[in-house]
Formats: sequence, C-alpha cells, structure tokens
Amino acid sequence: MSPKELLETRITGAMRAVTGTGDPELVPQSRLSGPMPWVIAIMVAMTVIALAAGLALRNTVISAQAGLEGGLTVQIVEARAPERRAQSEAAMQRLESLPAVVGLRLVPKEELDHLIEPWLGSDQGTTSAMPVPIPALIDVQLSGRADEKQIEKVRAALVAVAPAARVDAQSGWLEPVYDAIASLQWLAIALVVLLAMALAAAVLMAARSALGTNRDTIEIVHLLGGTDAQIARVFQRSIGVDAAGGGVVGFALALIVILLLGRRFAGLGAGLVDQGSLGWIDWTLLAMVPLAAALLAMITARVTVMHALRKML
Amino acid sequence: MSKPTGEEIVQFDNVGLRYGTDREVLRNLSFTLFPGSFYFLTGASGAGKTSLLRLLYLAQRPSRGMIRMFGSDAITLPRERLPLLRRRIGVVFQDFRLVSHLSAFDNVALPLRVAGAADRDLRKPVTDMLEWVGLADRMDARPATLSGGEQQRVAIARAVIPRPQMLVADEPTGNVDPEMAVKLLRLFEALNGLGTTVVVATHDVHLLQKVPDSLIMRLNKGQLADPTGALRFPPRRSANPSRHGRPAA
Repeated sequence: MSPKELLETRITGAMRAVTGTGDPELVPQSRLSGPMPWVIAIMVAMTVIALAAGLALRNTVISAQAGLEGGLTVQIVEARAPERRAQSEAAMQRLESLPAVVGLRLVPKEELDHLIEPWLGSDQGTTSAMPVPIPALIDVQLSGRADEKQIEKVRAALVAVAPAARVDAQSGWLEPVYDAIASLQWLAIALVVLLAMALAAAVLMAARSALGTNRDTIEIVHLLGGTDAQIARVFQRSIGVDAAGGGVVGFALALIVILLLGRRFAGLGAGLVDQGSLGWIDWTLLAMVPLAAALLAMITARVTVMHALRKML
Repeated sequence: MSKPTGEEIVQFDNVGLRYGTDREVLRNLSFTLFPGSFYFLTGASGAGKTSLLRLLYLAQRPSRGMIRMFGSDAITLPRERLPLLRRRIGVVFQDFRLVSHLSAFDNVALPLRVAGAADRDLRKPVTDMLEWVGLADRMDARPATLSGGEQQRVAIARAVIPRPQMLVADEPTGNVDPEMAVKLLRLFEALNGLGTTVVVATHDVHLLQKVPDSLIMRLNKGQLADPTGALRFPPRRSANPSRHGRPAA
C-alpha cells in the first residue's frame, strides 16, 4: 500500500469512527422523523436564548463597571447656599491638586434640577419661597480603581477645605444592580447546564427505546461478528443526524427571538441595557451550541448503547 | 478431560446448560469437532439441539464445563474478542432471523460489511451467492415479501458467504422443497470440501443419507449418543485426503 493510500485509509477509518458512515445500516435510520429532532430543536433554542441572555448580562456588567470603576461622587451637603458654593469651589481646587484625579466636573445646577425634577417638581430647587437645599455634586474620575483606600485619601484631602463633603464610589451605587445581574447570570448558566442534562436524558431515553426496538437485529449482528463499537456507531450516527437537524432548526428559532428581543431592548434607550449587546465572540459561542448539542447527543447515545450492549453476550 | 491436540476446531468437556433455575437442558456433553468434518445433529423435538447449536455459535455460555473453540477458551474469553471468533462461524437460524429493513442483497452482504469489506467488493460475491441459491431476481426484495423457502435460502447465503471455518445450521432445509434441499446440501458439501466444518441440526432422517460421509451426533434428553463415532477422541481418520482431518463414517 502506497503512503498516499495508507493515509487515505487512515483518514477514512478515522471519519468512520467519528461519523459511523460506511457502517452497515444495521438499524432503520430515523432521518429526521419522529419527535427527537424537535425535542433537540426546542432544547437548543432554549439553550441559545439562555446563553445569549447570560452573555448580554455579562457584557452589561463589564461595560458598566469599566465606566464606573474609577468614578467618585463628592456631595457637598450644606443647606446654606453661599457656604455650599464656597465649599464646592474649595473642594474643586483641592481635588484638582491631587495626582490620582484625572477628571473633574462640577455638575451644573440645571443638570441637578433635571435629575430631581421627577421627584420634586420643576421649580422646587429654584423659584419656590423655600427652595429645597440640593447638595452640590462633583464628578471625579480617578486614574485607578476607586477603592476604599482612594476614597479615604480623597476624604482626608477634603476634610479641611470642605467639611460638608461626602465621598462615595460611583460603582457602589450600582453594587446591588450588579449583584442582581450576577444572580441572573448564574441563573442563565444553571439553565444551560439543566438544558444540557435534559438533552442528554432525552437522548438516553431515545437510545434505550431504539435499542429495545432493534434488540433482535442487534443480536443478529452480534452473532455475525459485529462489535459493540460498530453497533454503537450506527445509533450514534442516527442520533447525530437528528441532533444536527434539530440543532439547526433550534438555532434559527433562537436567532429570531434574540434579534426581536434585541430590537425591543434597543428601543428602550436605557443606558445600562444598551451596553448588553452581543459581540462576535458571543455570536460564535452561540453558534457552537447546536454543535455542542449534536456532540453531546452522540456521546450520550454511544455511552448508553455501549453500556446496554455490555450486558449482552 | 480430553487433552487438546491443537487440531480440533471445537472441544466440549463435561458441558451443562440450564436456563435460570430450571433443570439442565444439556448434560455432560463432551465431544470434539475437527476441521473439514460434516456432522448431523439429530434428536427429537426438545432434545436440546437448538441449545447445543447456541453454544456452538457463541450465543450462549454454558452453566458448567469447558468449551474451546479455534484454540481459545470460549468460557473465559473476554467479550471484546468474541466478534472475531464469531466471524469464523456461519449460522443458519431455524427462524432465519433476517434483518427486516434490509433487502436480500444487504442481508447477504451483512457479514462481509460487519467484517469491514468495502461496498465495491460486495457486489460480485453477493450476486454470485444469490444466483447460486436461485434468488438473483429477488435481490432487492425485503424479507417480508419473500416466501419461507426464499427467506431460508437468503439465510443460508448469508451464513456461507464469508467462507466460515465452521457452519452451524439449524433445520436448514425445513422450509424448502426436496429439490432445493438437496441443492442446499450440495452447497454445504462444497463448503465442507473447502475445509469448513459443517454442523447441521435436523430431524429429517432422509437428509442424513444424502451426505454419505457425514457423522451423526444424536441428542436424547440433553445428552449425546455417538452412533457413527463422531464424538470419539481422537476420531477415526478418513482415507480421503481431500477432506482434511475428516473422520471416516
């Protein structure tokens, strides 16, 4: 045998080992009929949607955290307006001199009014007889992460010039939101795992049922010298075809749902939600789901069949 | 226990078989089958012929005793090595056991495919074999559309096509007309002439006379009798050199 022929034989052998093609059609092949492809399609669709949700949430958190990581908010909580103004200016000057501070902005009064308008009305802070004292706000951007140590340094720097100053990390405000999102992420991961387990269970039952139906044929093939691996490959291929077909349908369904949901969320115009869009790596991961489902189905079928065959002589 | 000489193809020593907790259906079987011999296994219904054949084609392990086949201990042989041993045995089942979703052609091709033959190498031997059993025009027919006799011929073609070292046939002529029965026996004889050990279970006494050099193993209530010296160890040798190791009748 020439090296080329040898190579071809080895490649063909390897392909046969993986796909089962070339093996005799020992059991009737389902060819995408019956409930199995649809069960797999539903599983894949749900898995893709759950995974897409998990990835979008992760992107949201990463994006929001990146923007707020070095952010501080300094509030000058002083009821007397002149004193508040004076402390604000002093705080601005002091903050500007700190080497860790890379950005600084005194939030304009119009912006503050706009922020509190939904709660206090449009003229509470300006034209009423007894205007509500609104703290002055300073947005500070640090070069590094706004951790407790940095916050303490800023507090220490401000205590002499602006005793009414309160310093908070901006990310701290969103910590409960991050926690909630992290919980949702774990929920998405749990869903993906549960769906994978459900898929494996469905394949296991289908393989067992097919084994029962074809028990007589399997015994004949055994007696003719067929190996467990040959028989398992046939089931593996049959379920692989079902899983691949179901996977494509399921992925298409999930794609429609994700795109529709994406458009809906984009329409909300909410900053946090907008940051949850999927990147190409996310789409690649989602596209792997039907492949992973087919692989999982084939492995489950093989293990189930091999396990059952070992009980036969 | 008889000592293996290395020449025997099958050796049973004090073999017994029981199903579950019932009484033994086969008892104290000790015999040796030699390469190139032709054996008839006879006995009344329920004597244990099919059970003995199941032991011979490795569908069953005995409850006790020792079985050596093709030089291997068939009792302790690991499961994964059984297929290679089974490929050396052709089996004609009493109920044919054709694969219902496969055509006659594919049923006959099955042992070759299982052994790894490529599709391009199947056409000629399978077609020739089906022609030989008179089913060239029924190649694409599914078993359900074949008559009992036709199914039996497909089953025989499937058993002999891989040129097994041992052919085990359970009532192979039970569903065919006398003319076809003789023809099938001639096929078995031809195969036997090529060195295949043939074991045919039958209760048809007329069949025994059609193969004059054959040896008879008679089963009675699960025990073997030896009317033609088939079970002697070592057996008497044939003077006919064309049949290797064949005991004289």
